[in-house]
Amino acid sequence: MAKELLKGNNAIAEAAIRAGVEAYFGYPITPQTELLEHMAARMPALGRTFVQAESEVAAINMVYGAACTGKRVMTTSSSPGVSLMMEGLSYIAGTEVPMVLVNVMRGGPGLGNIAPSQADYHQMVHGGGHGDYHPIVLAPASVQEAIDITVLAFDLAEKYRTIAVVLADGSIGQMMEPAELPPMAELKKHLPHWAVTGEPGRARRLLTSIYLNPDDEEVTNMRLLNRWMSIRENEVRWKEYFLEDAEYVVVGFGTAGRVALSAVRAARAEGIKVGLFRPITLSPFPEAQLKEIAAVSEGMLVVEMNAGQMLDDVKLATEGLLPVEFYGRLGGVVPFPDEILGEIKRLAAGPIPNQNGHARQRWLERLALIKERD
Amino acid sequence: MQTEIVIAGFGGQGVLFAGQVLAYAAMDSGKHVTWFPSYGPEMRGGTANCTVIVADEDIGSLTVRNPQAVICLNLPSLDKYEPLVVKGGVLVLNRSLINRSANRTDLRVVEAPANELAEELGDKRLVNAVMLGALVEATGVLTMAAIQKALKDHLPAKHHDLLPANFTALEKGAEAARRTLAAQSA
Repeated sequence: MAKELLKGNNAIAEAAIRAGVEAYFGYPITPQTELLEHMAARMPALGRTFVQAESEVAAINMVYGAACTGKRVMTTSSSPGVSLMMEGLSYIAGTEVPMVLVNVMRGGPGLGNIAPSQADYHQMVHGGGHGDYHPIVLAPASVQEAIDITVLAFDLAEKYRTIAVVLADGSIGQMMEPAELPPMAELKKHLPHWAVTGEPGRARRLLTSIYLNPDDEEVTNMRLLNRWMSIRENEVRWKEYFLEDAEYVVVGFGTAGRVALSAVRAARAEGIKVGLFRPITLSPFPEAQLKEIAAVSEGMLVVEMNAGQMLDDVKLATEGLLPVEFYGRLGGVVPFPDEILGEIKRLAAGPIPNQNGHARQRWLERLALIKERD
Repeated sequence: MQTEIVIAGFGGQGVLFAGQVLAYAAMDSGKHVTWFPSYGPEMRGGTANCTVIVADEDIGSLTVRNPQAVICLNLPSLDKYEPLVVKGGVLVLNRSLINRSANRTDLRVVEAPANELAEELGDKRLVNAVMLGALVEATGVLTMAAIQKALKDHLPAKHHDLLPANFTALEKGAEAARRTLAAQSA
């Protein structure tokens, strides 16, 4: 198919439709509302289910019920709306039914604002809902990648009976880029063996997240964990830029990764041997890949649109093999490439001053100076 | 090679659509392109702007601190973006609504009375087409033929009666660009 100029939100919605989503439940919130609007316009016309629920709490519980039928189901929201869904997400994880959640993140905490942010990393990657479970979290950096990742998310969710999250930010949702949509897939003909279908005369199928006997709950938790180990083994995805001869490595996901790419190119033009590592799966995190790179590099710079949430995971993965510095903007501010170029130069200039203390503390002091200047 | 363009004005001046026409033309010309709008409360009556980046390779950041060209449809846009344009960059001013010229002397400045020109053509909605014509002439980022084709291919069919007027508006803008740039270099 030919490339079309597509807005991120619409592209994700249409990709889900082409991937065969049969039921969508959601509630409007900026900056993802076009996604819900696209679903409202397309799903009923295709004879599929679209429900604008009375709240995000209702939407996620509708998803829970629909997921139990074994059909492809999804919901989408933005940060405060996703917070409201956390109880339902935990129940879905505990019941081992697949679903896709799209979170088009905005500035927070609280009501915050509608500007692009990556501040829900911890919430999405390290839990959110209660209990011991891991969702798969995929972070697109372009409209094309958002399309591809949305399709992949359905396949992974079903393969591992898990929650798959597409973690975008407001700028991915609102931007337009040329991209190619997949052809319309046929709807699933065969339902999974666990799906509840109301079929009379066969053995009862029970889907639940209640295991009153701790021994039974422990078995369930072990089953979840074994699946997660298999996901860690098989589903790590990332993209590398200019790493072949890189002495310094920038690590950033999604929009921050894109901004870092501009900075890395500018630094290369000035002769600095720097590359970019862009995780696509934030969960499972590319730990082994980063450790391998850390062993042959001089220094790392983590760039995020939050206060250093992935930074913690990078530091764990790299096991102190090299200095890891941090640069972020907060509250919905998107960094310009020149800010990151300045940070790359700082890293490449040699020993980092004030090595005592945490990279986050050093960055916070630099950010305070930037805020004063601007 | 990468060109960053900001189109800025207030809501209703066709800022976002002008950017989309540019983006469609870039895509159809085989270029990489991104279109990123200001979105949210500012869309409702306040300022509106979008950043369009046209490039030969995949594009990183969607925004830049110092764009190469800026269309200013009103005075607040000029006040905001004049200090930010790169040295030697292009500033396109709608002099119908901006009562001063540029202060900087290291820019290529194009001036057009876009509202008057649009009204002469019989439709005040043509302001954005006049300004886009001026930008394309001054920057050469894409050909005028590509812009015309983008309008024809992507303007909804029900608005196709507006195509001839849009083409004339583009040309009026280009004329204004040639005239003011010639005067500037003389």
